[in-house]
Amino acid sequence: MADLPPPVQGPTAKEKKYDRQLRLWGANGQVALEKSHILLINSGPGVVGLETLKNLVLPGIGNFTIQDSAVVSEPDLGVNFFLEEEHLGGSRAEHTCGLLKELNPDVNGNFVSEPVESWISHPDVLFPYTLILATAPIHPLVLSTLSAYADTAQIPLFYVHSVGFYSHFSVHLPPAFPVVDTHPSPETTSDLRLLKPWPELLEYATQKTANLQGMSPDDHGHVPFVALLLHFLEEWKKEHNGEVPQNYKEKTAFRETVSKAARTNTPEGGEENFDEAVAAVLKSLNPPEPSSSVKDIFKAPESLLIRHNSPSFWVIANAIGLFYTKYGVLPVPGAVPDMKARSADYIELQNVYKSKARKDLAEVVESVRFLERNANRTAQIEEKNVEAFCKNAAHIKLVRGRPFPVIPREGEVKFGGQARTLAQQLSFPDSLLPIYIAFLAWDKFTATHSPQAASSALIIPGLSPTDLASETENITSLAFTIVSDLVKEASASPDEADFATVKTQIGECVQELVRAGGAELHNIAALTGGIVSQEIIKVVTEQYVPVDNTCVFDGVRSRTAVFRV
Amino acid sequence: MAEATITSSSTVAGPRAKWTYLDKFLNRTGPFTDPDSFQPGKTVIESLERSKVFGAGGLGCEILKNLALSGFKDIHVIDMDTIDVSNLNRQFLFRAADVGSFKADTAARFVEKRVKGVKITPYCGKIQDKDEAYYMQFAMIVCGLDSIEARRWINATLVGMVDEQDPDSLKPLIDGGTEGFKGQAKVILPTMTSCIECQLDMHAPRAAVPLCTLATIPRQPQHCIEWAHIIAWEEHRKEITLDTDDPEHITWLYQQALARAQEFNIPGVTYSMTQGVVKNIIPAIASTNAIVAASCCNEAFKLATNTNPFLGFPETDNYMMYTGDESVYTYTFEHQKKDDCPVCGLGTIARPLEVSPNMTLQDFVESLAEKPEAQLKKPSIRTGEKSLYIQSLADLERQTRHNLEKKMVDLVEEGEEMVITDKAFPTQFKYKVVFK
Ligand SMILES: [Zn+2]
Repeated sequence: MADLPPPVQGPTAKEKKYDRQLRLWGANGQVALEKSHILLINSGPGVVGLETLKNLVLPGIGNFTIQDSAVVSEPDLGVNFFLEEEHLGGSRAEHTCGLLKELNPDVNGNFVSEPVESWISHPDVLFPYTLILATAPIHPLVLSTLSAYADTAQIPLFYVHSVGFYSHFSVHLPPAFPVVDTHPSPETTSDLRLLKPWPELLEYATQKTANLQGMSPDDHGHVPFVALLLHFLEEWKKEHNGEVPQNYKEKTAFRETVSKAARTNTPEGGEENFDEAVAAVLKSLNPPEPSSSVKDIFKAPESLLIRHNSPSFWVIANAIGLFYTKYGVLPVPGAVPDMKARSADYIELQNVYKSKARKDLAEVVESVRFLERNANRTAQIEEKNVEAFCKNAAHIKLVRGRPFPVIPREGEVKFGGQARTLAQQLSFPDSLLPIYIAFLAWDKFTATHSPQAASSALIIPGLSPTDLASETENITSLAFTIVSDLVKEASASPDEADFATVKTQIGECVQELVRAGGAELHNIAALTGGIVSQEIIKVVTEQYVPVDNTCVFDGVRSRTAVFRV
Repeated sequence: MAEATITSSSTVAGPRAKWTYLDKFLNRTGPFTDPDSFQPGKTVIESLERSKVFGAGGLGCEILKNLALSGFKDIHVIDMDTIDVSNLNRQFLFRAADVGSFKADTAARFVEKRVKGVKITPYCGKIQDKDEAYYMQFAMIVCGLDSIEARRWINATLVGMVDEQDPDSLKPLIDGGTEGFKGQAKVILPTMTSCIECQLDMHAPRAAVPLCTLATIPRQPQHCIEWAHIIAWEEHRKEITLDTDDPEHITWLYQQALARAQEFNIPGVTYSMTQGVVKNIIPAIASTNAIVAASCCNEAFKLATNTNPFLGFPETDNYMMYTGDESVYTYTFEHQKKDDCPVCGLGTIARPLEVSPNMTLQDFVESLAEKPEAQLKKPSIRTGEKSLYIQSLADLERQTRHNLEKKMVDLVEEGEEMVITDKAFPTQFKYKVVFK
C-alpha cells in the first residue's frame, strides 16, 4: 500500500508485561492492586503465606510486608522456594522478602523480624496495611487482636491454615462488601426485554419485518432474530387476547410457530436467523425480573437511608431501587449479542438498545443527583460509576462480611446464626465440613496446650512420633466436642447412624492432620496460596465474587468446599 | 499409625534434615494409605528419588518448582519457546533480563540453583522431536501444555507405547490447563482410563466466524479484525509472512480493522483487541497457574509415593475442574473412557460423525478443524474403497484434489467408515458417516 498508516500509540512497557491479566481485571483493577499494601503475618513452615504473596507480587501489588520472627533452618530449604542455603541462620522475614522482591521490580517489599505479639502492641503499627493475611499456627490472642482491628479499620483479614494434605482459609470482610463488576458469564447477561419492549424497539421490529413473506431470500435470511421474535410475539398476542406466551407449553407452541416460518428451500436447508430465534425463545421470553439478592440490596438499610457519608454504591443502589419501583424493571443494560444480520441493521438495533440504556441511565443519574443534594453530599458521584452499575445491575453482589470464629483457649466454639446450616451440611455425602472441624480441633489443641502468654512458643500436635497416638486421640475428642456442641447449638437431632458416620470421618481427618506433625506439603501450600491469592485479587480489585467466608481444600480427594461460618 | 524411622521432634541432622517436613508423610501411614502399596521409610524415599519425571508446557515454571520440592531428583523438561515480556506476570523463574532466552534452559538453571540436589535436564525444542524410547525412561509425564495439538500428540504417543506384557511401559499422564480464573487437572493411565482424546469434546474450539460475515456483513469489532487478518493481509501483503509478534504487523492489521470498522460504523476496535484476536490470546494469571500446576504435582507425588490415594485409579475420580471467578468451586469426577475413542478405544468402533450430504468435500475438510469431536487441521481422508483426499503427499494431493468440489453424498454412504489421518498425530481416526 502506498499510503503508510500513521504511527500508532502501541502498548506501554507496563501494558505489555501485564497484558494477560489486564484482559481480566482491566486498568481499574490494576490501579487498585497497585494501591494495596498487604501484610503477611507468617508462622509455622511459612510456605502458604509466601506462595500467596508470590502470586500477588507477580501481577504487581503496590507493597507487601512480611512479619516473621523465625530463623531460617535446614527444613525450610526442603519446602520453601524463597530461601537459599546461604540464608541458614538468618531472618526468614528478611530473606523471603528479598527473594520475593526479585520477582517484580515494580513492587515494594518490607519485612519485620520482631515477634508478632510485641510488634502488634506498638500503637498504630497496623495502620499502613490495606489487607492482612495471617497464617496458622497463631496464638489466639494475636488472632483476636487482628480480628478486632479488621472490624474497626474495615479492612479484609484472611486466616490461612495449610497442614499436610489439607488446608482451609477464612476471610473476614467488612459488614457490607458490595461488588458491581462481578464479571458474570456472557451467557447469563443477555437481557433483550422482548416481553417489555419500548416503542422504539417495536418500531424497529415492525420496520424490519414489513412484508416478511414477500421478502427476497437474501433479505428474509438476514432479518435480525430480535425483530423476528418481536414480530411473531405481536402475531401471537392477536390470537391470545393480547397475552404473550405464559408457560412452558405455550412457549414451545410459540417456538413451533417461529420454526415453521423459516424457509427451507435454501441451499443450507434452513435459515440461520430463524435458528437463532428458535434457540432464544425459552431463554429470552422471561419477564426481566431481578433476582431476590439484587432486590434485597435495594431494601438494605444502607440503601434506604442515604447520609452525607454513605459509600457511593448505596447512593446508586437507592437510585436504581427507585427506578425499579417506578417501572418494575432494571435499567436496560444496552448490550446486544451478535446475531445473523446485515451490518447496518445490526448497528441500528444496537443503537436502539444503547439509546434506551442512555435514557434509563440519565434518569438514574437524576435520582443520584437528587439524593446527593438531599444528603448534603459535597462530591458528585462520577457518571461512569453510575453507568457501570446500570449495565451490570442484574448481577451486582453484596457480601455481608463477618468475623470467623477464633478458637478460644477456654470455653466453647460458637457458630451462632450459622449453626443450623452447618449442622445440615454435616450429613451431606462427601461433605468437607469434617476437615474444617478437624482444623478447629487442631487450633483448640494448640490454644489449650500452649502457655497462656501470647509471647510463648506454640505447641504443635504430631511433632514427635512418641506422642502421635495420644495427640491424635486428644484432638479427636476435641473435634467430637466441637461437633456435638454444633449439633446442640443448631437444636438438630441427627440420625444416630449418620452421626456415627460423621464422627468416623472426623476421626480420619484428625488422624491425617496430626500425621503431618504441623508440616506443610509444598504442593498443597502452593495450591492453597493460588486460591487465596485469587481471593485477595478479587477483594482488592472489587471484581468477581469472593468466597463467603470459609473454604476447605482436600488434597486427598482433590476437592474444595465453601461454607459460611 | 506407625512411623518407620525415628525422627526427632523438630530438626534432624544429616542428609534428610532438609526433608524433615516431607518425611513426615514418607515415614508415617495415614488413615487413607493403602497398606499394600505404601511402604513407608527407606523404600518409598528411595523410589521417589529414583523416579525420573518429565515436565512441559506453559505451567512449566510452577511444575518444576513443585516437583523439585516434592522430593523428585531427576526431572527433564522440554519447551520450544523463548521468554517474552508478557510471560513475566506469571512465569516466576524469568526476569526482564532473560527475555529472548530459551525457557527450558533458564528455568532448569534457576531451579537447580535454588533447590540443591535436584537435577534438571532441559531440551529446547518440541515434544514431538522426541521418540518413544525417550519417553520410555520416565516414571510419569506431567504437562501443562498450551496447545491442544501437543496434548493430543503426547497422549497418542503414550497410549501407543503401552505393551501389556510390560507394566513399565504404562506412563501416567498428568495434565493441566488454565484460562483466566478457571482451570482443570486430570490424571490419565493410558489405555486404562479416559484419555485426552476421550475428553476432546470438553475442549471445544471457539466457533469461527463464517467467511461471508467477515467479507460482507461485519457487525462486531472482532469481525473487522479477522477480516484484516484473513482477507486484507492476503490482498495487500501476500509476499510478507505475517508475524504476530511483530508490532509493525499488528499495527498494520489494527489500522486496516479500524478503517473497516469506521466504514460500517462499528465501535470498539482497539490495538489490544487486535492483538488478542490475531494471536488468540488466552488471559492468564499466576494464581490459577499455581492452583492447577500444584494440583497436577500433588497427584504426581501421590502416584510416586502412595502416601495417599491419587486421582485416576480406574473407576475413581480422574478429573478436577476448578472455577474461581464466582466464589470457589471444584467439580471432581470420573470422566468415562470411551469405547469409540480413536486413540485408546477398542479400535473396532468408528465414532459417529454428522455430515451434511450437500456439503462439498472441501467444506467437510475445513469443518473438521472446528468439530469438537475431531479438531483436525490437515486431515487426509480415506474410506475402505478409495482415497477421498490425501494432503500428506504432494503427488497424492494432486491426484485427489478433484474430489474437493464433489458433494459428500456422491462420495460416501450413510454408515460408511472414514479413516482420517493428520500429520500432527501418530494415530488414525475412524468415523462413521451420519447424514443430517
Ligand atoms: Zn481415549
